[in-house]
Amino acid sequence: MADSLLWLLSLLDSTARLAVPLLLAALAGFYAERAGIIALHLEGKMLAGAFAAAATAAVTGSAWLGLLAAIAASLALAAVHGFASISQRGNQVVSAVAINTVALGLTAVLANAWFQIGGRTPNLPADARFGEVTLPLAQSLSGVPVLGPIYAELVSGHNILVYLAFLLVPATAWVAYRTRLGLRLRAVGENPSAVDTAGINVARLRYQAVLIGGVLCGFAGAYLSTAQGAGFQTNMTAGKGYLALAALILGKWRPVPTLLACLLFAFADALQTRLQGVALPGIGQVPVQLIEALPYILTVLLLAGFVGKAVPPKAIGQPYVKDR
Amino acid sequence: MTARGADGRLPWWATAILMPVLNVAVALALSALVILLIGEDPVGALGTMVVGAFGSGTGIGYTLYYATSLIFTGLAVAIAFHGGLFNIGAEGQAYIGGLGVGLACLALGGWPWWLALPVTVLAAMAFGGFWGLVPGWLQAYRGSHVVITTIMFNFIASALMVYLLVNWLIRPGQMSPESREIDPSLFLPKADEMLGALGLEVANSPLNLSFLLALLACVAVWLYVWHTRPGFALRTVGANEDAARYAGIDPKHVIIITMALSGGLAGLLGVNEIQGVQHRLLLNFPAGLGFTGIAVALMGRGHPAGIVPAAILFGALYQGGAELAFEYQTISPELVIVIQGVVILFAGALEHLFRPALLALFARRGKTKPVEA
Repeated sequence: MADSLLWLLSLLDSTARLAVPLLLAALAGFYAERAGIIALHLEGKMLAGAFAAAATAAVTGSAWLGLLAAIAASLALAAVHGFASISQRGNQVVSAVAINTVALGLTAVLANAWFQIGGRTPNLPADARFGEVTLPLAQSLSGVPVLGPIYAELVSGHNILVYLAFLLVPATAWVAYRTRLGLRLRAVGENPSAVDTAGINVARLRYQAVLIGGVLCGFAGAYLSTAQGAGFQTNMTAGKGYLALAALILGKWRPVPTLLACLLFAFADALQTRLQGVALPGIGQVPVQLIEALPYILTVLLLAGFVGKAVPPKAIGQPYVKDR
Repeated sequence: MTARGADGRLPWWATAILMPVLNVAVALALSALVILLIGEDPVGALGTMVVGAFGSGTGIGYTLYYATSLIFTGLAVAIAFHGGLFNIGAEGQAYIGGLGVGLACLALGGWPWWLALPVTVLAAMAFGGFWGLVPGWLQAYRGSHVVITTIMFNFIASALMVYLLVNWLIRPGQMSPESREIDPSLFLPKADEMLGALGLEVANSPLNLSFLLALLACVAVWLYVWHTRPGFALRTVGANEDAARYAGIDPKHVIIITMALSGGLAGLLGVNEIQGVQHRLLLNFPAGLGFTGIAVALMGRGHPAGIVPAAILFGALYQGGAELAFEYQTISPELVIVIQGVVILFAGALEHLFRPALLALFARRGKTKPVEA
């Protein structure tokens, strides 16, 4: 009994850890997409952030400076996307593809040139990473049956970015649905001309949304390379940015359902590593590749309206052109 | 009246030649900056790239071999663009198309290559086409956006291929997930063999018959898009879906057919890679060339006559980049990906950046000089 509880707790613990980068990126996508800007560029921003964080932490020995660098790098790419999408009224999908491509190439080239260990950054020592935070009383309460281990194993013992990511969900919901900025952001993604008529600057609002997304993707990138991992590797995001976008879509562009989608994807990921070569009773061995592909298949089915219906923000992807 | 926004005001050569050249110039300038940032000499690096790509028979062979795959994926992205569809799934479609080629080759055993080629081409187009058709159908009838669906299909293709290679196609008694080699009689003739038979001595390289197939595909796409009824329907839907519907064209049909054709073209990459070079099924053989097709299509302005030089340019970047990485320890081949990204940015998303300046330039010229007929 205690064994299976611990197994379950470790599975949920991994789920939480794996969900964090998806969650941060998906929330970044939330702001951009609800303001009407396609957020296919999450992958590139996260990757650039991961490299900037790892490189800075490797040189300075400080995870916090790494985090700042990650935010700066991600913000720079967000600004490019904003410039192309908002000021230049370019094709947002093309812009995002370009940003992802540049980020993939540039991080690999710079990592190789600066550190010369095959496109990686050096392994970070523990004090240049975000360490685990032991919540108060975790030790003394761990003796309490059921709740004790849950508190000690699952709730306590994560790094600070994990707590930040989960706190950002209610914060985002609050900003989006309870503040003036949130109302305006959502309005500008649905009907920008109405917002413009009210005398509010559409371009400025959209830039704000894209830049908030830039900051959040910086967190996501720093988490990958200086909290979850201990250094940067070429293409270390490996599609997590697209997966985050899928979670946002699966969450129907709302914060709490998006969190649930991120947790589902992370759970599939955590389960997949544990199910390798294990035969399930009644089903037999499930191919790990099927579990791996599950988030993508789910997204396709959802978008096609086979499971529920996802309605994107009305003005998404359309550059705003003021009449006359 | 202002010149801004008037699309047809630039002479055709400014749009077709000057703008792509400007885009490449910006991309190269930014890459030079990156090389400076690394602390190497950009001029020397460029020289190494050019010599690596065009300085030897082998170099030219490799350049054209990469260009072959890029023509296929560039055409795939371009034909979808004409229908107003952004196919980001060429990578996955090429992967699945290659699966079709590999399965056909494994089944055909000792057939001569010339007899097998029509079968493998059909298999490539059918498999790749199916991987494009499904997202097309989903957009046409279920309203899901082809951009997201094709991205998802790239990941699904990748998982599917790992599953098939690890569990079913792997050669028994082997660790790495690769199929057995196809029968040597099926190997497509290589350029050095073909030209050697004509008495021309050419260096050994992976360049093979598929290059001619790629040129043939260019002609076919040109005929289809600009000289057939379905091609007209395709361009009409791309220009204005409502107008197309009003003219009696069913956009749903057009979207599905276009995505199937697009996927089929991408699938032909498999003929070059599997039947032409690798001679077995293996993991990740498209190696990003499907994504590079986006840059090729944008730079080639969606026209086969532009796609061929754009594909050769990117083929040269791939080959020259490999040489560069070999020559300079600090420069890695991923520099090509940076250049590719910058080209996509400036030729695609920021295409309006240079246009106002060019328009102003031409407008001023028009005032001082009489307009030539």
